[in-house]
This record gives sequence, C-alpha cells and structure tokens, in this order.
Amino acid sequence: MTARPVVVDARGLRCPQPVIRLAAQAKGLPDGTVIDVLTTDPAAEQDVPAWCRMRSHTWLGVVPIVDRAGAATGLRLRVRLGQ
Amino acid sequence: MPVTSNTARQPVPRRLLDAAAPPLSPAARTAWLTALDDGWADPRRLYTEARRARALLDAAREVVAQALSLRPDEVSFTSSGTVARQLGLRGLLHGRRRAGTRLVLSHMEHSALLLTAQWHGDSELVGVDRLGRVNTEAFAAAVRRPGTAAASLQAANGEVGTRQPLAEVGQVCREAGVPLFVDLGSGLGRDHLPWAEGTAPPSSAGAPVEALPGAASVSQTPIGDVLVADARSWAGPPGVGVLAVRSAVRWRSDGPHDQAGLDRAPGEPDVPAILGAAAGLQDAEMHRTDRAERCRALIDELRAAVATIPDTEVVGDPVDRLPHVLTWSHLFVDGEALVSELDRRGFAVASGSACTSSALEPSHVLAAMGVLTQGNLRVTLPLDPVADDVRQLATQLPEVVAQVRAVLGADGL
Repeated sequence: MTARPVVVDARGLRCPQPVIRLAAQAKGLPDGTVIDVLTTDPAAEQDVPAWCRMRSHTWLGVVPIVDRAGAATGLRLRVRLGQ
Repeated sequence: MPVTSNTARQPVPRRLLDAAAPPLSPAARTAWLTALDDGWADPRRLYTEARRARALLDAAREVVAQALSLRPDEVSFTSSGTVARQLGLRGLLHGRRRAGTRLVLSHMEHSALLLTAQWHGDSELVGVDRLGRVNTEAFAAAVRRPGTAAASLQAANGEVGTRQPLAEVGQVCREAGVPLFVDLGSGLGRDHLPWAEGTAPPSSAGAPVEALPGAASVSQTPIGDVLVADARSWAGPPGVGVLAVRSAVRWRSDGPHDQAGLDRAPGEPDVPAILGAAAGLQDAEMHRTDRAERCRALIDELRAAVATIPDTEVVGDPVDRLPHVLTWSHLFVDGEALVSELDRRGFAVASGSACTSSALEPSHVLAAMGVLTQGNLRVTLPLDPVADDVRQLATQLPEVVAQVRAVLGADGL
C-alpha cells in the first residue's frame, strides 16, 4: 500500500518560497516519501525539478489544479525523495 | 523631508556589469555628438546640409556593411533591435508566402522573435539541451517539412552565451531552399560572425580563431539570408537596429509603403544615432580580438569563483559561447533581493528570475533549458572590461548570497 503524499501548500507564495518550503518539509523525511507542492508561482514549475536534480531527488511531474468549474487555479508538483 | 542620512556616506564606486544595455562607448559617443551638429538635416532633401546628412548616412551604411561582409544596399537601419527583428522576420515570411507559411525557430530566440512568431501563428518551436543549444536534428526535420516558409536561429544566446550550431543549420536550410533568419543580437562587435563554410577565417580544433582586425576579405560571407543586430551589443545608441537582407532573398514589407522611406525600414532615419552606432561598431571590430580574449579570461575566472558557492548552478556552454556573458542561479535565493543588495554595493547586474520581471515569469531562455531560475544573475561584460569589477563581484558574492539566504530562513536546507 502506498502512503498518501505529504502536501506542501505554497499557493500564493512567490519564488523562491515554494522551493524553500519544500526543502524544509523534506528535511528529516525518509527516501521514498512522495511530496506534493501546491503552487501558483510560475517559476516553481522550473525550480522544483531543478531542486530535485541538485539534491538527487526524483521529479515525478506536474498536473494542474482545477476548481469545480474546471478552471486552472494552480499547479501540483510531485516529487519523491531519493532516487 | 530632506534626505541627509544617505548623502553623508562615502559614495560606492559603480561597477557596470550589464553591458546588454550599456552606456555609449567613447567612439560611439564622439561620433554621435559630432553628427548632432553635422547630420541633423533630413537626408532626403537636396540642399547642402541635407546632402551632408545623406553622406554621413551612406558612410555609416558602408561601415556596417563592411563589418558584416555584405553590400551596403543589403543593409538597413531601424529604430531599435526589436524593430529590426520584427520587421525582418515579417518581411521574410511575407516574401515567402507562396512557398508556405510555417516558421521554424528555436526556444532560445529573442522574445521579440518569439512574439512575432506567436502573432504570425503557423510556427514550430524547436527545443534545446541543458546548455541551451538547439537540437540540430529536430531543427533540420522541421525545416525539411513541406510548407516551411522560413527558419530563425540566433548566432548565440545573449542571456546564457551559448553559440548555436549555425553551420549545420545553415547547410540544412540551404539544401531545403528555406531562407534562414539569423539574430546576431548580442554578438556583433563582441564575437566573430558565424561565417559560411569555406569563407571563414582559418580555425583549428573546433575553436574559431579570430580574424585579424580589418582583414575581412570580400570572399567571407556570414551565414544567414536575413541578419539583424542591435547597436547596444557594441555599446552604440539604444535606438539603432540593423536589418540586413541578402540581395538574392525575397523579402517584402507586409506593412504600408512609406513614400519617404529611404530603405526597408519606414520612418525618418536618426542620422546622428546611426553614425554613432557605425563608428562604435568600427571601433568595436578593430579591438574585438583583444577584448574578447580578455573577456573570456575574466568570465572563466568568474565562472570558477561562482561555482564554489554552495547550491549554485552555472548555466550555458562553458567553451563554445560568447566571450563576455555569464549566467548562474542560486538555490533558495530571491533574485530581486540579490540584484538590490549588489546594487547597494555598487554592482549593476541583470537577472532572469521571475521576481525581477514585470510579468513575474522566469526568463523563457532559462525555462527552455530546464535550469534553475531562482536567484539568477547575469553578467554582460562591457566592451572594455574592468578586471577589478569582476574580481570584486567574485569576492563579495558569497557573502551576499549567504545574507539573502539567511533573511529567507533558508540556512541549512
């Protein structure tokens, strides 16, 4: 059974805060942990994968967050700690 | 309330390291000032002062044509680099409208070209690798597809310095019969031109050897059918762009005809500014080899120093690049805070981070390369680089980065 992802809600925060929140959350968590970063910052889509590369974590991808009316309100960026 | 606290402080020496938008070079400034007195008249009129302005304009055109190894009638002046890019690309697409509509271009092109492509509609963007170099096979495949009207590839990227594979792409375009638009934007006057095969100055081991100053022979031809440049790249006035259209190329303006226009660009030419630009380019070309060598050595030094700062990503090709540009990013750092603190310490540097752009989006170049965009800094060395400015930046930067990280609570992450 897979554990639910840890969620870092960084919506409304601008670069570089989403990556700082993610890194702070990741500290002390074991490899294999999946973390979702919720963000409205367009730079996070670049910088979260770059953080993964620089810290040897695994970038899993991005999906849009949509509201009930189907409008995109942000992004969900998914990473897994470790390789 | 009168400001007293700051004026009492010792002024900090200014260190200008953003020569993408530099002050005028001494050569450009002198020529521009002289031409304000001698070249103020409308060059299309027939009296003495006007003829003098016309003679200056013609001389400027010849100087620029010589620097490009082109014919004077192939060279036009526009009111900025951006206008040269828009006008040049639109005219090329319009001239080729019967052959097709598709425009092929790289993700690294200047935003003026990307936005022109978007406005045009039928365009295909080709991706780049982590160094920012376009994928030659993908570019070639896109060019060869039927219905391609034109292709566009810069000589080198002004944000990260990486040179593009113009020799290969130029050959592909020639074979496919597709005209190639080449943006010389950040390189003219700073780096050697991308010469067409068999016409280049001698080179060895893949590292192009600089041509001797003034040694450009008529047999040399640059790669590209339409070429554009921005006088700011050689510290000329900001209001001068160059649009060069090879005589064999079918280029047609897609806008209204300007009855009074002297060449491809509509409107009255700013003769003093154009003369400043031409004199500046002549001077830049004369000293290019020596200055490029000094720039390259300083950039290598800065690259090595910056790379020792923890959690730093230096981007762009370390070797096959413009001699005077370096870009890097620091993890957990706010680009705006970095630029402001460096400015306080006397450094003028640019940034491609989202927080430093009006659109709050990171530089499209960094995004296309898939590199870190936060805490981004970009150094563009002036024509005549000051070694101490670069070394001071290398010395002070670690402390500035640590300071910004501490303020953000990002220590030990």
